[in-house]
Amino acid sequence: MSYFLQGILSFTAASAFGIVFNAPKNSLFYCGLVGMTGWLIYSFVDQLTSDPVKSSFAGAFTVAFVAHLMAKRFKMPMIIFSVAGIIPLVPGGVAYNAMRHIVENDYGLAIEFASLALMISGAIAIGLVFAEIITKLLLRTIKKPKLKP
Amino acid sequence: MFQLTPNYELAVECCLLAGRLMMESGAETYRAEDTMDRMAQSQKLTESQSFVTPTGIIFSGNKALPTRLARINNRTTDLGKIALVNGVSRKLANAEISLEDAYIELKKIDEEHKMYPFWIQIIAASIASGAFLILFGAKLVDIPTAMVAGGIGYAIADKLELRTKVKFFAEFFAALVISMIATFSVAYGFGNEVDKIIIGSVMPLVPGLLITNAVRDLMAGHFVSGLSKGAEAFLTASAIGAGVAIILSL
Repeated sequence: MSYFLQGILSFTAASAFGIVFNAPKNSLFYCGLVGMTGWLIYSFVDQLTSDPVKSSFAGAFTVAFVAHLMAKRFKMPMIIFSVAGIIPLVPGGVAYNAMRHIVENDYGLAIEFASLALMISGAIAIGLVFAEIITKLLLRTIKKPKLKP
Repeated sequence: MFQLTPNYELAVECCLLAGRLMMESGAETYRAEDTMDRMAQSQKLTESQSFVTPTGIIFSGNKALPTRLARINNRTTDLGKIALVNGVSRKLANAEISLEDAYIELKKIDEEHKMYPFWIQIIAASIASGAFLILFGAKLVDIPTAMVAGGIGYAIADKLELRTKVKFFAEFFAALVISMIATFSVAYGFGNEVDKIIIGSVMPLVPGLLITNAVRDLMAGHFVSGLSKGAEAFLTASAIGAGVAIILSL
């Protein structure tokens, strides 16, 4: 699938999720933008490494980084932009496969998929936290804090 | 001894209300604590302490003031409300509005529910399901089924949660209906791949926000919040899984 089509689809999905989560009207477009950037980076890294854990980390990192910039720009909480963008990266398919194999009594494969889902969600969370810390450090070095009298 | 503004009770009340509204709308724990502390500091309650968990907030304004507790009963995801409360607290901290005005505004946010109309939410959920289906590499034939299943599933989950007040039952039932629609449509030739349709249409129910918030809280050192949010996410995920599994195993 071309990156153009993927971009449009992920933009639509993230904006639609903004509506489901009741994000403010004027932020919906930017929610979509954040989701699109995150997904494009995710699928690009996925093609390079073909490792879902690494690509989820990269995607989540991008989402949180862009969401932080948007939050600074629009003076809104960062969570508004990051939530809708993170949803496409959530390992729904892997978790589904794990559960499907449990139902079929194939526990070996089920555990394999379940641990992959766990690794991916861990990678997403770590990506989010790392991006937040790094943006905070960057902003602190760019803007020197005002000294209080 | 203590420098208190004349209406310190209102200040504490205001902080508690803001914290409760944020936690009810799905904000991160550290953000709620931060907001409450900032609001308290702007009202000269410099020694305020807040302890926020997903089920309740303990807030103490000062050594001389009584400690207050607020209970949080229902938790949904409402990003608009978080943004509104954040705006009020920012204005209060910058002394752009008075404490009374801030309290009135917070009360107004609490009482009126500014959600998107229900049909728009359902349409959004079904569009998201369709978009995910293609992103996950399914064929175009499956789009209508996934959109119908995703919209119906979301509507069922939302309405049943209002009726029964048990979130997990609502999600279980929604997942059950989604996988029923998917299996029937594939059996009667409307769809191609059951797996992809179910994954796509279950996406609006998946507790993505809860999982990320839980790990986010754990890493920030809020262990009580992190573990309880993680438990909630785990229960939700198992409810969805059980609903799908029942249909698959038939």
